[in-house]
Amino acid sequence: MSGVTRRQFIKIGAATAGAAAVGSGLTTRWWGLDDDPVANPGTDGDRVVPTFCELCFWKCGVLAHVKDGRVTKITGNPAHPLSRGRLCPRGTGGTGLLYDPDRLKRPMLRREKRGEQVFEEVSWEEALDFTAQRLLNLKDRYGPESLALYSHGYGGSWFKHLLKAYGSKNIAAPSYAQCRGPREVGFQLTYGSTLGSPEVLDLENSRVITLIGSHLGENMHNTQVQEFATAIDRGATLIVVDPRFSTAAGKAKYWLPIKPGTDLALLLAWMHVIIAEGLYDKDYIDQYAIGFDQLKEHVRDKTPEWAYTQTTIAPETIVETARVMAGGRPASLVHPGRHVVWYGDDTQRSRAVAILNALLGSYARRGGIFVPSQMALPAYPYTAYQGHPKAPPDRPKDQGYPLADEVLASGLCMASIPGTASYDIKGWLVYGTNLLMALPQPERTKEAIQALDFIAVVDVLPAEIVGWADVVLPEATYLERCDDIDNPPWKVPFAAVRQEVVPPMYDSKPGWWIAREIALRLGLSDYFPWKDSMEYAMQRVHAAGYDCDVLRTTGVVIGKPRPTTIEDGLVPKFATPSGKIELFSQRLKDAGFDPIPQFTPPEEPPTGHFRLLFGRAPTHTFGRTTNNRFLSEVFNQNELWLNAQMAAELGLKDGETVVAVNQDGVRSQPIRLKATQRIRTDCVFMVHGFGHDAKGLRYARNRGADDSRLVTRIKTDPIMGGTGMSVNFVRVERA
Amino acid sequence: MSGQIEPSRGGSRSGESFLLKPVAYASALGREKRYAMVVDTRLCVACKACVLACKGENAVPDGYSRDWLVEEVRGWFPHLSAENRSERCNHCAKPPCVAACPTGASHVEDGGAVLVTHDKCTGCKACIASCPYDSRYPHPDGYVDKCTFCLHRVQAGKQPACVEVCPTFCLHFGNLNDPESEVSRLLRGRKSKVLHPETGCEPNVFFLT
Repeated sequence: MSGVTRRQFIKIGAATAGAAAVGSGLTTRWWGLDDDPVANPGTDGDRVVPTFCELCFWKCGVLAHVKDGRVTKITGNPAHPLSRGRLCPRGTGGTGLLYDPDRLKRPMLRREKRGEQVFEEVSWEEALDFTAQRLLNLKDRYGPESLALYSHGYGGSWFKHLLKAYGSKNIAAPSYAQCRGPREVGFQLTYGSTLGSPEVLDLENSRVITLIGSHLGENMHNTQVQEFATAIDRGATLIVVDPRFSTAAGKAKYWLPIKPGTDLALLLAWMHVIIAEGLYDKDYIDQYAIGFDQLKEHVRDKTPEWAYTQTTIAPETIVETARVMAGGRPASLVHPGRHVVWYGDDTQRSRAVAILNALLGSYARRGGIFVPSQMALPAYPYTAYQGHPKAPPDRPKDQGYPLADEVLASGLCMASIPGTASYDIKGWLVYGTNLLMALPQPERTKEAIQALDFIAVVDVLPAEIVGWADVVLPEATYLERCDDIDNPPWKVPFAAVRQEVVPPMYDSKPGWWIAREIALRLGLSDYFPWKDSMEYAMQRVHAAGYDCDVLRTTGVVIGKPRPTTIEDGLVPKFATPSGKIELFSQRLKDAGFDPIPQFTPPEEPPTGHFRLLFGRAPTHTFGRTTNNRFLSEVFNQNELWLNAQMAAELGLKDGETVVAVNQDGVRSQPIRLKATQRIRTDCVFMVHGFGHDAKGLRYARNRGADDSRLVTRIKTDPIMGGTGMSVNFVRVERA
Repeated sequence: MSGQIEPSRGGSRSGESFLLKPVAYASALGREKRYAMVVDTRLCVACKACVLACKGENAVPDGYSRDWLVEEVRGWFPHLSAENRSERCNHCAKPPCVAACPTGASHVEDGGAVLVTHDKCTGCKACIASCPYDSRYPHPDGYVDKCTFCLHRVQAGKQPACVEVCPTFCLHFGNLNDPESEVSRLLRGRKSKVLHPETGCEPNVFFLT
């Protein structure tokens, strides 16, 4: 018999006459006498390597299946506490990043004006020498503080270390002032601790879950979605506050389609009902909190009827949901959200969420907010950082954002425009964050970049920011490198390893290697005494007394659980000035802010305009994944959600292409209209991360519209400098 | 008027559904196993992890998928309801695709799973035309492909890839002829439906509502 299989027969048959193949086609396989009809696609691989994911920043444990040197599929690691054997679509589609044909393949130097995306491929030697020389020049001319690092992603740790060794404290991530910063400050002020990432929420044991500013399910943090689904399956009652009928709203007993910008009024009214009706956890408040009398007085006039005039939520609905919420306490959780930079009053709104949780007695309680434990891993015994770097210039000269506890990425960007801050930032090192989409006001970001002496970008894909670099340093993906050990605070202490599954493709290099090579050229070799990141990581694991082999074989080691809730025997402690939960914050008062959150009505949209809201899709992490062809196959462009009645009034039809034009006349890229019943009439919504225009992103380019370029206006949180971005208004036109 | 239906776009298809109580199909009697899938629409968030996991597990080519999501929203603002369904081949007890197949490639396998023997398939697409659920696609290699209930995994004692990955635990797979199986218990204890019962195909994918 010939070697022609049935498959080949069909392929041949398509091109030639079928009869020509009959002679070789009449084999036993043709007649079905083969005894293995259940075909095995063979994707389990010949080896399985445990590591952790980087498609978002949750860092789930994954198992990478490798066959003939190629990663065939990625599955959840059952041993890992964050994935529990399951994954979200992004983590599952991680091979789309590894095998993205658009990956940065070789180091490049800019050959034309910044932003024109004209580069020449060079050797690592040349790129690293160039980078080091520029960094030495910066240090000589302006001092080490003139260098800023923007970093998002776990491999950024090597560059943070490099920057500190170099002598700069100017290290920022947009995940603070452009995302969850206000929430952390609000909870810090109230409980003396932050929620972190992964958030310390015991959703699976909640009896009542209130989402106000979280579209969980579309926001696809794996463990949290697992626990959310478990709670629903166990019969938890769901209250969802959202101007849009979100996926979560579709599962809720109560959907409160609130007027955007008025959440704080609703939160205060809920407190009013819960206090006025005596539904709060009196023992808990007596034992753990201070400022209850002031709070009671403060919310006395924040009646449901008052809140109705602000929020458009019926008073009886406010009363009923408050009672349901209190009925479930203490396993009643008001979800604190994650991306909370909306209106500039975000720290105060997060404070209100924190205070409401305190009234429900849900902090340090099962089904509420738990107190995490963390595996103790000694830091690598590095040489101490030398010198006394100047404080970051991330705040305006006259206004301090006094309670910011991280560096503001937006502030470092501003400080790069000469003369605007206490000193100028002259160099940027950008690791894994596409600042032209991650920061608001991209035109200002470009202005800042043009004023720089030097900008280097370390990334995997040619995102927009790469086009503005002087030097491009192509990093290996998470599946091709080893990073630091991950040991976040969680329900159980654990440590997970990221290890090389397959060797780096093309001429990409792991972040640790790039950082180390730069350091060696800067004369900072004392700070990188190890030979590679695995040696570094295993040193830490070994020093903590854990078995390195077990960690590398299973991907994770789990420590001894400790009590995380009062029900488990935990005695809660609060690292606030009073040592109690601060319903009334003297710290805020002393800094000149409202000690208890005060509601200010939002600006109304101009006639014919809608408030622009943005959020996420479960298949994507901002703009980072939109070029992943597996993920873009199931979600390849965003849509502009507009109320169907409004669309009809504008003469627009569902599915047609429109343009959003903001209050400053800035036009979006063309975007498909979703005329829907699922949103209020006073706002529009789009998923963030689309509308790429970088030349090198073949799958993502010109797909949908970029919301960040419509964010020409921001409202800055006076407490901590978060950039409220839901303060822009658009009109919608046919494209 | 009951309101508008909003099928989602991108990797999804629209579908209509009718309520039906699960029944013991006469055609399934006498078989040792009757594999079925039970989808809890209350838990599903339509994230499409099942689609991605299936594509990875089964090396489904770019541009095709064996399973897909339907997000069905009914009503008028603000009185809305939603149902998310992870859909795939229904592995019907009376599969019209098997009847339509001229070569015997489409056949009923262990536990009632409907499979296509790739080597027997000529790619004529008669089965695609006959399927009321649009659950088959022409593989670029020349045969017709579809969900196999991951029988290669099931026979090795594992769950189908979509079930294993699902972060909301909304997918369940098992043997309906075993009254103690999870799928049997779920269908006894909860309201459920199948899609297009009027076709008489006796589908084996059930949706908890």
